[in-house]
Amino acid sequence: MNTTALELLQAAFPDVPCTASVDAAVLTVQPAQLETTLSRLKNDPTLNFGLLLDVTAVDYLDYPVQQEARFSVVYTLRNWEKNMLVQVRTPVADPEIGVPSATKFWDSANWGEREAYDQYGIHFQGHPDLRRILNHWQFQGHPLRKDYPIEQGQICYESDMLEKEIKARLAQKGVDQTLMEDINTEIMYLNLGPSHPATHGAIRILTALDGETILANINEIGYLHRGFEKTAENRTYNQVIPLTDRLNYCSALMNNIAYAKAVESWLGIDITERAKFMRVILSEFFRVQDHLVCIAANLVDMGGLTNYWYLYNEKEASYDLISRLTGARLTSSFTRIGGMYRDFYEGWEADMENHLRAIEKGVNDSLKLVLKNRIVHDRTQNVCVMPAEKALSYGYTGPCLRASGVPFDLRKDNPYYYYDTFDFTIPLGSKGDIYDRVMIRYEEIFQSISIIRQAMKRIPKGPVTISNNNVTLPPKAEVYKNIEGLASHFKLVFEGVRVPAGEWYDSFEAANGELGFYFVSDGSGRPYKCKVRPPCFYMMGGFHEMVEGEMIADAVINLGSINIIGGELDR
Amino acid sequence: MALGLEASLGDTVLTTKLDAVINWGREYSLWPFVFGTACCAIEFMSAAASQLDISRWGAEVVRFSPRQADLLLVCGTISYKQAPILKQIYEQMPEPKWVVAMGACASSGGIYDNYCTVQGIDTIIPVDVYISGCPPRPEAVLDALMKIQDQIRGESVLNDRHKDFKGILD
Repeated sequence: MNTTALELLQAAFPDVPCTASVDAAVLTVQPAQLETTLSRLKNDPTLNFGLLLDVTAVDYLDYPVQQEARFSVVYTLRNWEKNMLVQVRTPVADPEIGVPSATKFWDSANWGEREAYDQYGIHFQGHPDLRRILNHWQFQGHPLRKDYPIEQGQICYESDMLEKEIKARLAQKGVDQTLMEDINTEIMYLNLGPSHPATHGAIRILTALDGETILANINEIGYLHRGFEKTAENRTYNQVIPLTDRLNYCSALMNNIAYAKAVESWLGIDITERAKFMRVILSEFFRVQDHLVCIAANLVDMGGLTNYWYLYNEKEASYDLISRLTGARLTSSFTRIGGMYRDFYEGWEADMENHLRAIEKGVNDSLKLVLKNRIVHDRTQNVCVMPAEKALSYGYTGPCLRASGVPFDLRKDNPYYYYDTFDFTIPLGSKGDIYDRVMIRYEEIFQSISIIRQAMKRIPKGPVTISNNNVTLPPKAEVYKNIEGLASHFKLVFEGVRVPAGEWYDSFEAANGELGFYFVSDGSGRPYKCKVRPPCFYMMGGFHEMVEGEMIADAVINLGSINIIGGELDR
Repeated sequence: MALGLEASLGDTVLTTKLDAVINWGREYSLWPFVFGTACCAIEFMSAAASQLDISRWGAEVVRFSPRQADLLLVCGTISYKQAPILKQIYEQMPEPKWVVAMGACASSGGIYDNYCTVQGIDTIIPVDVYISGCPPRPEAVLDALMKIQDQIRGESVLNDRHKDFKGILD
């Protein structure tokens, strides 16, 4: 937390309690003042919180300390230019009445508030489309409430037609049905997904077409909702790590690192130097992997199958290093709270260098097919444009935001693990079209490779976990030979790492954008609440803005270019 | 050297059993429908890529229309929201059809024992082969494919498969 931000907020809101929590300033307001507070945070030029990162709620039913109300709603906002982060919390006395909606300030509030409504049953007054988003339409109750039993599944017998919603969107876009009939134009409704080769997972894209042109589009997600947050509440902090693998499964280790960093930031743990460099090397390596899959799949959608072999084969080869290091190909679970599971193996440097060279070759081969390819240019340039202002309003982060020309990258703007000492640049787009999104990923691959090479030169020797028996498992020799070691091993395995009570948010620049974790701890070894701020959830929320007015075939490649990963989208 | 009936029909005619010849055709031309929802689908991509090359078993023609497929590969977690879609896809596939549950989630719900995850797709549709692992290695997909081929070899083309199956959505 930079102190100027806290002072600035205290000066701006003298009668609102303002505290600091990790990187964020926390404002606690009553529902009546919520709207004016949010409006001021957004519109005051000195505050200028243009990015609404996340909306969630907390249910304090089982919380050991009595709170003002059972529920509270939490808005996480960021001023990306000045690196200021603020959380606005407001108690909700009656969830049926709820709080005023923030959709008039930020477009990202639309899906964020829908999720809070779906999971906690909190009403948002003035929300244009308040209905379930992750759970199916026949679901009864709200699963993240503490009195909802985790194992109580509810069967869905048929899918929602979404007829009302698509008609409403058509009306919003100014398409008059009777006029269309008068000029003998039939609107065709076309459903892509949830099981469709172009949806890269399970997303439903419902379009209303005039010929091949998309008049209106609405999207339904939640087909891969697997209850990450409810499951996490029933596990110790270290047991959540395997669940984080399965958020963005194309770059699993990066999620592990982001999660461990978020917990460590609250515990105040400074991990060892070697562990920091390991995390830099591995997260950049996985950023490369993620971009390889994204570009490969996207170019296949465009019809460039050869690119798939050039790019995907290098990823496949990289599994040799990854599985030798972590024991698994895809789901690594390689971090622990307080460091890494284990050190690199003997001779990893040579393997890594070979892989990097192979990846460079594969990417350069692929670029030869793409860079001067007229077909690729015509299909991607000026297609599905996302202007910067709209991208910010929809909560875009990562490569997709940078494609729109906004130079925001947490590695530069809020550096961790010595990122400020590495020599790398942030590629920026000029238009925000599909071409920019693809090309930025190509360039980021080269930048990441450069960071890995720099880190490999600088990585020091030493342990990879801290030696604190309250956090990391003691060495086996101690466990077997003395009672203290045995006791702390036992307690860590059964009770988990005890995390002081409190609430905090911490974020990480993942391959897709800002991956944040918001925790509520009651002081025990299990998170009371663990909310993920997934980058692609908010990108999907703005998908309709990109594709309306474009061709149906453009929607397909646009979906590939924003890199939607089901595990992270639906959690 | 032909014997019996074949001897009287000349050099160009073979006799065999209907089961043997049809099953021989079926087992080497499985057209998979990849119902990929999660992490397992990425491992299926590896099984299809050049290093492992699923076409060595004649199953590289991945169809995304259920009407053109006879092997349903369920790769990933199936939520209750997804379940009616999976059932619909299965029903749209023409007979004969085989189903592989790839990975822990499709087989049993895996690590997700909670309010939104179906505890194994065999509560919705009949399954022929299960693959363990979270996610399974791509070699395991090839192993499952060979198991399906074994099954096909042992079946009679006259019998209907899974006639009496009743799932939670029926």
